[in-house]
Amino acid sequence: MRALAWAVALLAALLPTGASADGVIRVGSKSFTESYILAEVVAQVIEQVGEARAERRVGLGGTGLTQRALESGAIDVYPEYTGTITRVILKDPALRTVEGIRNRLESGGLAVSASLGFANTYALAVRADQAERLGLRTIGDLTRHPELRAAFSSGFLERDDGWPGLRARYGLGLARVEVMEHAVTYRAIASGQVDIIDVFSTDGQLERLRLRLLEDDRRFFPDYSAVLLARREMTERFPRTWARLREALEGRLDAARMARLNAMADLDGRSVPEVAAAFLGGATPAAGVGRGRALLGELAGLTGDHLLLVLISVGAAVVLGIPMGVVAARYRRAGQLELSVIAMLQTIPALALLMFMIPLFGIGKGPALVALSLYALLPIARNTYAGMMAIEPTLLEIAWVLGLGRLRRLVRVELPLSAIAIMAGVKTAAVTTVGTATLAAFIGGGGYGTLIVRGLALDDTATILAGAAPAALMALGFHALFELLDRVVIPRGLRT
Amino acid sequence: MIALRDVTKRFGAAVALDSVSLEVPPGATHVLLGSSGSGKSTVLRLILGLTAADAGTVAVDGVVVDAGSRDGLVARMGYVVQDGGLYPHLTALDNVTLAADARGWPRARIDARVAELAGMAGLDAATLGRYPRALSGGQRQRVGLMRALMLDPPVLLLDEPLGALDPIVRAELQDQLGHLFATLAKTVVLVTHDIREAARLGRTITLMTAGRVVQHGTFADLVERPAVPFVTQFLTAQTLATPAAPAR
Repeated sequence: MRALAWAVALLAALLPTGASADGVIRVGSKSFTESYILAEVVAQVIEQVGEARAERRVGLGGTGLTQRALESGAIDVYPEYTGTITRVILKDPALRTVEGIRNRLESGGLAVSASLGFANTYALAVRADQAERLGLRTIGDLTRHPELRAAFSSGFLERDDGWPGLRARYGLGLARVEVMEHAVTYRAIASGQVDIIDVFSTDGQLERLRLRLLEDDRRFFPDYSAVLLARREMTERFPRTWARLREALEGRLDAARMARLNAMADLDGRSVPEVAAAFLGGATPAAGVGRGRALLGELAGLTGDHLLLVLISVGAAVVLGIPMGVVAARYRRAGQLELSVIAMLQTIPALALLMFMIPLFGIGKGPALVALSLYALLPIARNTYAGMMAIEPTLLEIAWVLGLGRLRRLVRVELPLSAIAIMAGVKTAAVTTVGTATLAAFIGGGGYGTLIVRGLALDDTATILAGAAPAALMALGFHALFELLDRVVIPRGLRT
Repeated sequence: MIALRDVTKRFGAAVALDSVSLEVPPGATHVLLGSSGSGKSTVLRLILGLTAADAGTVAVDGVVVDAGSRDGLVARMGYVVQDGGLYPHLTALDNVTLAADARGWPRARIDARVAELAGMAGLDAATLGRYPRALSGGQRQRVGLMRALMLDPPVLLLDEPLGALDPIVRAELQDQLGHLFATLAKTVVLVTHDIREAARLGRTITLMTAGRVVQHGTFADLVERPAVPFVTQFLTAQTLATPAAPAR
């Protein structure tokens, strides 16, 4: 395991993460439409100023992730909300003003802009017709209808300023509370599968889906004014850019305008760069053809990313996994322990394993590769072990009688005889890694998952498919490739 | 010279060998005869150093086989198992040359030795280029023999070498083996359950049952002067059990 740790550390060291490089500002976002749009606006402003290059590391998931990314320098700036900053980041709900926040953040090397002009508070939404029928106007009215079914996003379900606090404040009890991806909750409520969802007050769908926001008459939800949160390192190094960002954004967006921008992306199928450009008043690229071509170009880049993720992580898993399988077969007891540890890694859900990498290695390709390698380890190590254990004992005894040393026996007898099993393990690892690698996008690792995450956030099936379909094709491609590779790797005398 | 003195070997509670003593003089061909489970294969494994005795000693050329000596001693032994024990991923030729490769023999020396052995075993180059699964049972056995003889070891140990062959090929190979043993002047220990094979190949025979030696002697000794009634029983039972045997 020590060797593994070293190899993993080495792998991580070889890959670009953290620390802002020359002339680059890394823009991050969480994985929901508004955050994507604001980040894109920031990126376009940076490009207009020309003081630094903009690198987009968007769709990073929740607050914890983006926050850690900012602290580690993996991103330099991202859109955040004051309520989130005071409660989740500073853990001091008493802080009310942007000034207060700014003072507290300064010691941590962070800068914060003034409010962008709108507050995106949490709210509960119900279908307008149902609200009419049941006489629902305020959140308090829900106490009279405990039979209603709710679907909440996981952030809302767990945060103190979300459901737990809200339930306590209003004394709510609901029959069924499910956890769902935010974008999916809209579908669920529109189709009548649930009755209550958590929303952001600027969500683009609210108006079109005829949803009504329940009034927070007991003032539970804090103020969630949108601001830019940035590393001071960046604001000091690129003062013109920071000044221009504040000028372009502070106080420029009211809730209605933000909701319209969100609707453009969520409902009108406009791309995020288009929406951002529309806000900045620049030329709006034509929809349709332009968008298709942009997507193709992006897809090419993502394919490269994805291939890189799969090849490097499976490569590392082969380099580590085969020796681990050999060791397990040689030293039975230690081997069982070793294989159990790898198997345990496998029981961690892939997404969680990716998240565990963040405190260790930050965000981006590095930690994604480490997690994917660990994940690919089990099939390879276990199959190598199984292949070695299946060798007829007589054949091993004969190797000794013939005077073959340990290394020669391994190379000329044991590994070739295990080749079919080992190759099957590598094949399994490669094909599953193509799928698992789509999750890398959640920690900014790139690849096809980028489209899936974005599609989920924008509730856009076409975009999800644009990521999922190529991933499936790539998995098939790998399978075919390995069928060919079998002919090279598996000794002729063993082939059927 | 191979010598076992009061060797006992247990596998858990089961006694595989019970105080077995045995001597095979240099250059002799000795057969260990017995039905399966009699412990005869265990004797070979003890000589090779593949397993260790619980009591008693096994010595080869005066050196006791143990953890310290076995690596050196095994270099003097060739080992042939049932159906050849060939590596399926290597061609017949690569199987034969494996040991010489490991010792870094030069190519020319390897080629010369292979040619010599191939002539002896009656195998041509095309056959040697095949993988084991493309060979007949008899060919596989010949390749196994070539592999065991590659380094020209003074001791040759064979464990049911012809066990997997059909009767006709078996008879033919028995004759060839007998001829070979006579010309090679090696110390040979051959394990078999087949009395016909024992009669043809063994100058001396040890009949074993249930981990004990029943009788040492020539085939004539066993037939004419059985030590206990079991010897006659064993010999006649097998003759009757093999329908093809009386015809030959």
